[in-house]
Amino acid sequence: MTTPLAHYLILAALLFGVGLAGALARRNAILVLVGLELMFNAANLNFIAFWRFGPRPEALTGLMFVLFSIAIGAAEAAIGLALVIAIYRHRRTAQVDRFDSLKG
Amino acid sequence: METIVKYIWMIPAAPLLAAGAGALLPGGRRRLGAGLAVGAISVSFLLSCAAFAATLGGGRAASHFRWFDFGATSVQLGWVLDPLGAVMAVMVTLASLLIFIYSLGYMAGDGNFTRFFCFMSLFAAAMLGLVLANSLLLFFISWELVGLASYLLIGFWFQKPAAAAAARKAFITTRIGDLGFLVGMLALYSKTGTLLFYDSGHGCLDENFVGGLVVSTAIGLLIFCGAIGKSGQFPLHVWLPDAMEGPTPVSALIHAATMVAAGVFLVARVYPLMTPHALQVVTWVGALTAVFAAAIAVAQNDIKRILAYSTISQLGYMMMGLGAGGVAVGMFHLTTHAFFKALLFLGAGSVIHGCRGEQDIRKMGGLRKRMPLTFAAYAAGMMALCGVPLFFSGFWSKDAILDAAHHWRFSQAPFYLGLLGAFLTAFYMTRQVCAVFFGKPAPGDAERAHESPPVMTAPLLILAVLAVGAGFFGTPAWPWFQKYLEGGKAGFDLSKLLDGSALTVMLLSSALVAVGIVWSGWVYGRAARETDPLEKAQPALFACLRQKFFVDEFYAATVIRLTGAFAMFCDWLDRVVLDGAVRALCWLAVGLARLNRNVDESVVNGGFDAGTETVRGSGEWMSRFQNGQTQRYLRVIGLAFCGLLVLLLWGASWF
Repeated sequence: MTTPLAHYLILAALLFGVGLAGALARRNAILVLVGLELMFNAANLNFIAFWRFGPRPEALTGLMFVLFSIAIGAAEAAIGLALVIAIYRHRRTAQVDRFDSLKG
Repeated sequence: METIVKYIWMIPAAPLLAAGAGALLPGGRRRLGAGLAVGAISVSFLLSCAAFAATLGGGRAASHFRWFDFGATSVQLGWVLDPLGAVMAVMVTLASLLIFIYSLGYMAGDGNFTRFFCFMSLFAAAMLGLVLANSLLLFFISWELVGLASYLLIGFWFQKPAAAAAARKAFITTRIGDLGFLVGMLALYSKTGTLLFYDSGHGCLDENFVGGLVVSTAIGLLIFCGAIGKSGQFPLHVWLPDAMEGPTPVSALIHAATMVAAGVFLVARVYPLMTPHALQVVTWVGALTAVFAAAIAVAQNDIKRILAYSTISQLGYMMMGLGAGGVAVGMFHLTTHAFFKALLFLGAGSVIHGCRGEQDIRKMGGLRKRMPLTFAAYAAGMMALCGVPLFFSGFWSKDAILDAAHHWRFSQAPFYLGLLGAFLTAFYMTRQVCAVFFGKPAPGDAERAHESPPVMTAPLLILAVLAVGAGFFGTPAWPWFQKYLEGGKAGFDLSKLLDGSALTVMLLSSALVAVGIVWSGWVYGRAARETDPLEKAQPALFACLRQKFFVDEFYAATVIRLTGAFAMFCDWLDRVVLDGAVRALCWLAVGLARLNRNVDESVVNGGFDAGTETVRGSGEWMSRFQNGQTQRYLRVIGLAFCGLLVLLLWGASWF
């Protein structure tokens, strides 16, 4: 009656694939960040699923881990957006393929 | 005497110090520079007088010190005080002092006044060092210093090319003689092992020492070579007339006290070394020079050149006196000659000064009235030089020489040559005096001539007194000078004057002098100024005399041309052979260097270049992966992750 673990994992894998595709394919830096956020949350979903189906689900260890992870992810998203805005101000564009100054 | 010889070094040291101090003075300190020189020579004069007084009793004292050692032997220098040196020192300092005072007036207008007195002091110091030296080496050092000072002074007006050339000529010509002197000195040293003159029995001039020594004629003749050069004897006399380019006081100093007297003094000093054969050569050279130079003097027109040839001639007499008669005879004429020749030169200087630098006797005349003091002094000097009997010093000293030549046992020819010279001397001196002081003045400077200032005429008058009086110290009746030099007492004996042969010689020479003066006075007293009467009578002979027997031309055609050719050969040798060798070496070095560079550039540098090129190329290739495209990095990471995944899931079976 409960949904098996595999379904969660498949959902998380799909979510990760969508996020990865977005991060790799989109030109807009905001949307790349959104793709990264999707992959991040796919990983969180995996954590929750493995915790729920793990040997000791009554201890709230997985939940705590994911809550921390979400908090850090939010901070990281803020940093990412701040970087994007700073670069935008500097170069008047948010297209990732134009950010090519990180090379030797 | 033993004490005074310890301090005798101060005689040359005083003018030397004055010369040194004068050299350091700025050119503007004229009074100080001249005062130093005159003061120093006065000090030397007083010291010389003291030394002279100490030698009056005869005897000899010497002091010496070690200069340096080489090996087991040591070189010693020293000072000697004996009648010969003392009388010479007094004569040199007195003549120098008078000439210095005279120069105060003569050089007053010269810009290099201080330098002049510095050089003059050096000249006097060198000569005094020579006179008092007790070592042939110290003698030679002073001798060369005399040569240097004469070079500096003859070329004093070096901006005149003739003066510079004359200075060079004097220096080089005397150097030829000095070479002989040097060789003779070395030969003497190798034979005797000492160069000291007197060293209590061990010096090369000490009597018993010379007795044991086989003195070779060659050494004497080699040393005489130095005297030939310095004293202007034939054939090295050519420098002396040219030396007239220097200021007149310099000429006076050279001719009277310092330079040319050095040669005669050298022969007198080393007299014990002179073998009879060597003395024969000395006599012949002297006699020939006496006549030769007197003949040339007849045809000269430059007032100083006439005097220069007269000096050469008189030096010949001195040599003749040394060779035929001995030290006293030669030295007596040297002393009297020093005074009257200084007088004549200073008188000529006064004339030149009065005529504003004119030296040609044809452009003078009638100066007797305009320059009475100079004329009186000059006349005294002229008569002393001619040997006018009884009252003039030249008569007594020249007569002593003629007398000695008359008694010479080898030949009578020098005696007759001497007589001929005496006649010629009277002839040319009268000619000169007639042209300068008598007759009508030539138009130009001679008409405006004026008497010189007292600072110049006073030394003239003092010298005139000396020129007259010096002779009475060596007459046959009272041969004080001769006895003083040789040791012994001179007695007064008038009858010696009337001694047969002496009287004959005296009468003969007096007659010749009278003939010379009267004849010359008769010919030149009324001659027109433009052409010389002698030239009209004997044009060929006169031209030959005017050109000084073509000695200069002869040297130019032989010695100088030969030297020139040799110099050209040396030049060629230097340029072609030696330079060629050097150049070949250079080319070799350059070729090696080129090879070295090529190896370095192509092989060594090439290897490094290739290595760095490879590193750079690979770096360029690798840098293409880092293009700054974040998404591409991510893509690579993603693909690599996928690859890793595949490897982990299925790859186990591959390993």
